[in-house]
Amino acid sequence: MTLESVLQFLGLVVVASPAVLLAALGLPLLCGFKLSESVQAGLTRAGVVIGLLASVAILVLMLATGLRHVPIELGNWVSIEQEHFHFHLKFVFDRLSVPFAMLSFVLCGTVGAFASVYLHREKGYARFFLQYALFLLGMIVSSLAGTIETLFFGWELVGLSSALLVAYFHERPGPVRNGHRVWTTYRLADAAFLVAALTMHHLTGAGDFDGLMGSGPWPEGVAAISSWSALAVGSLLLLAAAGKSGMVPFSGWLPRAMEGPTPSSAVFYGALSVHLGTYLLLRVSPLLDISLPLRILVITLGLISAIFGTLASRVQSDVKNALAFASLTQVGIITIEIGLGLRYIALIHMIGHACLRTLQLLRAPSVLKDHQMLEDAVGEHLTGDEVNSAKTTTGFQLWLYRFALHRGYLDAMIDNYVVRQFTAVFRWCDGMERRWTNLLSGGPSRESDQVSPYSDSLEDVA
Amino acid sequence: MSELHLPWLELSVLLPLVGGIWVSLLKNRDRARTVCTIVCAVTLVCAIGEWLDFAMLGTFEAHDHWDLFQSIFHRDVFVIDELSAPLLPLGALLYLTTEMTTLRTKSNRFSFHWTLVSESILLATLACRSPWLIITLLAIATIPPWLELRKRGQCTRVFVIHMALFVTLLVAGQALAGATATSANPPILAGCLLTAGALLRSGVCPLHCWMTDLFEKATFGTALLFVTPMTGAYAVMRLVFPIAPSWALQSIAILSLVTAIYAAGMALVQRDSRRFFCYLFLSHSSLVLVGLEMATPIGLAGALCVWLSVGISLLGFGLALRCVEARTGRLTLDNFHGLYEHTPFLAAMFLLTGLASIGFPGTVGFIGTELLVEGAVEVYPFVGLAVVVAAAMNGVAIVKAYFHVFTGIRHTSTVKMDCRPSERITILVMVVLIIGGGLIPQPGVQSRYHAAQALLDHRSVEQADDSDGSDGSHSAHSETLTDNTDSE
Repeated sequence: MTLESVLQFLGLVVVASPAVLLAALGLPLLCGFKLSESVQAGLTRAGVVIGLLASVAILVLMLATGLRHVPIELGNWVSIEQEHFHFHLKFVFDRLSVPFAMLSFVLCGTVGAFASVYLHREKGYARFFLQYALFLLGMIVSSLAGTIETLFFGWELVGLSSALLVAYFHERPGPVRNGHRVWTTYRLADAAFLVAALTMHHLTGAGDFDGLMGSGPWPEGVAAISSWSALAVGSLLLLAAAGKSGMVPFSGWLPRAMEGPTPSSAVFYGALSVHLGTYLLLRVSPLLDISLPLRILVITLGLISAIFGTLASRVQSDVKNALAFASLTQVGIITIEIGLGLRYIALIHMIGHACLRTLQLLRAPSVLKDHQMLEDAVGEHLTGDEVNSAKTTTGFQLWLYRFALHRGYLDAMIDNYVVRQFTAVFRWCDGMERRWTNLLSGGPSRESDQVSPYSDSLEDVA
Repeated sequence: MSELHLPWLELSVLLPLVGGIWVSLLKNRDRARTVCTIVCAVTLVCAIGEWLDFAMLGTFEAHDHWDLFQSIFHRDVFVIDELSAPLLPLGALLYLTTEMTTLRTKSNRFSFHWTLVSESILLATLACRSPWLIITLLAIATIPPWLELRKRGQCTRVFVIHMALFVTLLVAGQALAGATATSANPPILAGCLLTAGALLRSGVCPLHCWMTDLFEKATFGTALLFVTPMTGAYAVMRLVFPIAPSWALQSIAILSLVTAIYAAGMALVQRDSRRFFCYLFLSHSSLVLVGLEMATPIGLAGALCVWLSVGISLLGFGLALRCVEARTGRLTLDNFHGLYEHTPFLAAMFLLTGLASIGFPGTVGFIGTELLVEGAVEVYPFVGLAVVVAAAMNGVAIVKAYFHVFTGIRHTSTVKMDCRPSERITILVMVVLIIGGGLIPQPGVQSRYHAAQALLDHRSVEQADDSDGSDGSHSAHSETLTDNTDSE
């Protein structure tokens, strides 16, 4: 057995384990069988541990042999030879993807173990773990993707599972509305991503990252396109990354995402999902080397996001929201590091921050309870709990406070200047259509105007 | 011309017709429903048989063995080619699944015998290539929905005005085009009239209001069966594509693109679930038209893939919505209904089929959409961008509708709202098609690319023949093409 075949096998195991987990959890549900909680937790544990062990084995082999770039070719998923259209399934294990894949396994494993207890006897237990498996698959595919199409594949899975998990408590309108908001933001990011992928295809003739970044393992690749092309593709990818990582002006979805159950908030929006945008920037970082304007854009966006995050996190009244904005601050700083070309520092920062934030978010609900228990036991407020004495505030400080409290008015601006305008235009069109069909019909043409829900239901028949 | 091993086409057309007559004589609604389902199932088997048989022949076009119509009329009435071969099983599947998911409570409203007659007309339309016959069948197909509207006491004026205009435009266009029109020598006025007629039937903006009106006034099943087979796109391919020059097709694509974006935007603001579905469908079918009219191999292949994937996924989506409506009545999207706990299977199907329609990764529409966008970018870069925007808006609209129908509150019900076995089977079939087609897309893509190339070759053969000044009769070209394909 050669080293190459061992690596190939291990690589397949890394990618296949979350896919098998998804199938193992999803197929029984689809066929109407209900798996017990312990079986679901066991399957999840097995899927994560197998994937993690295989990725650790790959890392060990890479370190032992000095390999820095291990491509796992699965061939063409789809190809039309005559048109040179290929959807190439390729995964790459390198200094960037291996740590990120291992991070995904470790954090997802931690949260899986936590959630199996936290959500015990919850109605949506099976739904949570199914969406969790979808998320894990998306993260692993995105991390290891060797082509931009494969990355897009994983990116979309992460987006869908994230939005559905925000709306996990779906018998209440609040989480559902927030889930929809998250999904809308993600769709915008996805559209930018898809256009970037197409542009890249036209520039390089393939979606392979090697074609874009030139030869050489990460981070030493040299982009093989012109600086203006790099600016065009890079700007689109920056927009996609900003949407996924909740950077300004898309940061409105971050506190909304905290409506989901704590385990998913912790691992998805506090640690992994929120870093996927910066991961993308790291993956395409050679583009920054050949385009100064792109580099300036990245640094500026990171700076604005970091400042905004730190301002907003300081005035949040809810611990999960405060942590979400604190995450944004770190994401902003990581983005600046990427813009400055400090790639290894950005990667280490990302891993450290993800681990720390996960633990913080998992501890957040219980620490408040513990604090109250301690106070009850002691019989008085604990030290440091006194209200600060009033200080004189300047007008600017007040404005800044209000600005931070309203999260930069970003959501309000998007609602007023984008969403409302958009719906107003199409509602006007709808009204015009109504008038047109009324005219043709010679009277009211829409039955649906009189429709009330459940007017003609099975219950009435029963 | 190659021959199939059995008269699959005639069986597919005649079986539902005979079944329709039989069912019309039955007084018992339950029995009518059972017979109708059996006839639809056998028709689907015949249609699948036709597809498999045709695929094994490896030719561009074929007609029935023991061709009864040929011996009577001395010409090939029913002929299939690479474009229409998979459309017949898709059409038959559409009818079977709609029958299977028709609850007993809806039996009195849903006309089983007219449904079978419609199926026969649809399959006949998809199985013939003669322009006049296609126009006649398309015109006849408008009668069953019109009868249903009248029977329900609804105003038919919007439907009748649009359909009359559509038929008139097609008849006038075809009369002006004559039999010798080709893309090298295009009859401009005739082409315009045919295009306008076909696009009207496809629901191009601003002549799409008949579609929303039909969804308002007809039963959901009938409206679904009338629009989802995308016979308007079929008319474009059969009547316009062979005679329109590439520049004209690509210009027409812009109209379809405007419709796709407009309908996606309208789907986002609808308050009625049926109207929402109608706009969603309109947006997707317009995207198919955008690809069809690109007239490039990759764009056309993408459009043909999306045609099938949208046919399957939006059929499933519409059926899921119809099943929910059968339990709750018409749904508004203004408020939340919280039906997830009662109908988790339908919720899963709703989400899965909806996402498949927008080309979500791992589903049947993913590669087709990629090809479509790729093909669109090749012709006009901004068209590719617009396709992406339309898909993004449709994605937002689908998840919004999912949230409104299945989540938001806790619905209390005094009766069981579980899936019936037939509904569950339908859901599983849909899932297999959507996920299976998504995971193993190569055979489908290859077949559609081959079909696209053959269609484009057909056009170029006609162009070449026309520039040589030879007689450009349709059958002669078909024979040439068949010979070439056979020799390959």
